[in-house]
Amino acid sequence: MSATDTASASVALPAARARVRAEGRPYASPYVTGVGIGLVLLAAFAVMGRGLGASGAFSSVAAAGVGAVAPAHAAGNPAVAEYLGQGGPLRDWLVIEIAGVVLGGFASAWLAGRLGGGVERGPRVGDGARLAYAAGGGVVMGIGAKLARGCTSGQALTGGALLSVGSWLFIATAFAAAYAAAPLFRREWT
Amino acid sequence: MIFPLIDAEAGAGGAGLGVALVLGVAFGFALERAGLGSARKLAGQFYGRDLTVLKVMFSAIVTAALGVFWLSRLGLLDASRVYVPPTYLLPQAVGGAVFGVGLVAAGLCPGTSCVAAATGRRDGLAVVGGMLLGVLLFAEAFPLLASFYDSTPRGTLTFPNLLQVSPAVATAALVAMALGMSAGAERWERRAGAGGGS
Repeated sequence: MSATDTASASVALPAARARVRAEGRPYASPYVTGVGIGLVLLAAFAVMGRGLGASGAFSSVAAAGVGAVAPAHAAGNPAVAEYLGQGGPLRDWLVIEIAGVVLGGFASAWLAGRLGGGVERGPRVGDGARLAYAAGGGVVMGIGAKLARGCTSGQALTGGALLSVGSWLFIATAFAAAYAAAPLFRREWT
Repeated sequence: MIFPLIDAEAGAGGAGLGVALVLGVAFGFALERAGLGSARKLAGQFYGRDLTVLKVMFSAIVTAALGVFWLSRLGLLDASRVYVPPTYLLPQAVGGAVFGVGLVAAGLCPGTSCVAAATGRRDGLAVVGGMLLGVLLFAEAFPLLASFYDSTPRGTLTFPNLLQVSPAVATAALVAMALGMSAGAERWERRAGAGGGS
């Protein structure tokens, strides 16, 4: 990026810059980190014969919650029962993998001086509105990931690398819908 | 064929769980390094400000796909023993669209919401909570959704099967597409004056 580009970017996005935490080192190259994630995924294929995931861990934890509160109800629901009877969420491969993601994310942010509370949002909404959007978006993503049998990790990365047709269908409709819906959420981010 | 070392079915064993933890730490570390624990940065993808999501995702997919191809070609990996997510055309198309809408609102995907929460961001924690509620709602509604959920099954369907091309051709096409998209993304960011680097 040339000097003039940098200047115009900081003029164009003063509010955005102000919202990004000032402390912490700059992020690493997306290509280097992308190749790194690809090597982690390849290691998962080579060692375990399976890829990475995320939404399955949420299903496992949620199912364990239902199983603890209402065991009969959980046993009668096939979408819940399939996650029970494996010795609990702490014996679930994806739950342990996600526990690792939490540790790894924390370690990286700590080493780079990027730890800290706060709420990430655009300049035109308050923290409360952003938290409501975040929770609501999480609900909608949870439903979508269940319907699609996976999310950005289990479908897009894992299935995408294995050239699965359904996974690429997921990537295409997820990106198309995200771009189509983006104007509706412009206030949240810009 | 020495890989895969452990069968996915045996993943509940202690060794498998140890591998899960190590892979997860590396995955979370790399996601945070890329800046994908930041909802603003991730959402920037959909406003043309910052195409980090696209670059990271395609670099990762291409790296792993090339690895699978060459390990198989060298006789080290039995790719038929790697679990490929089965294809269900309609549920995956509709589920993807629903997911995409939630993604813009949340600014984080399920994996990156865990990273954001781990670094202390409260919006990341809210996405995690929402996800848990979402999968619960899906489970409660499952009797109504079951027939759609299981509709249009195509089993394990990959592009080499579908198009009757060799894995080499399909992988080369993927690499060409990823290179084209990265070049396009770089040009876009330069023109838009957006900063992908920070």
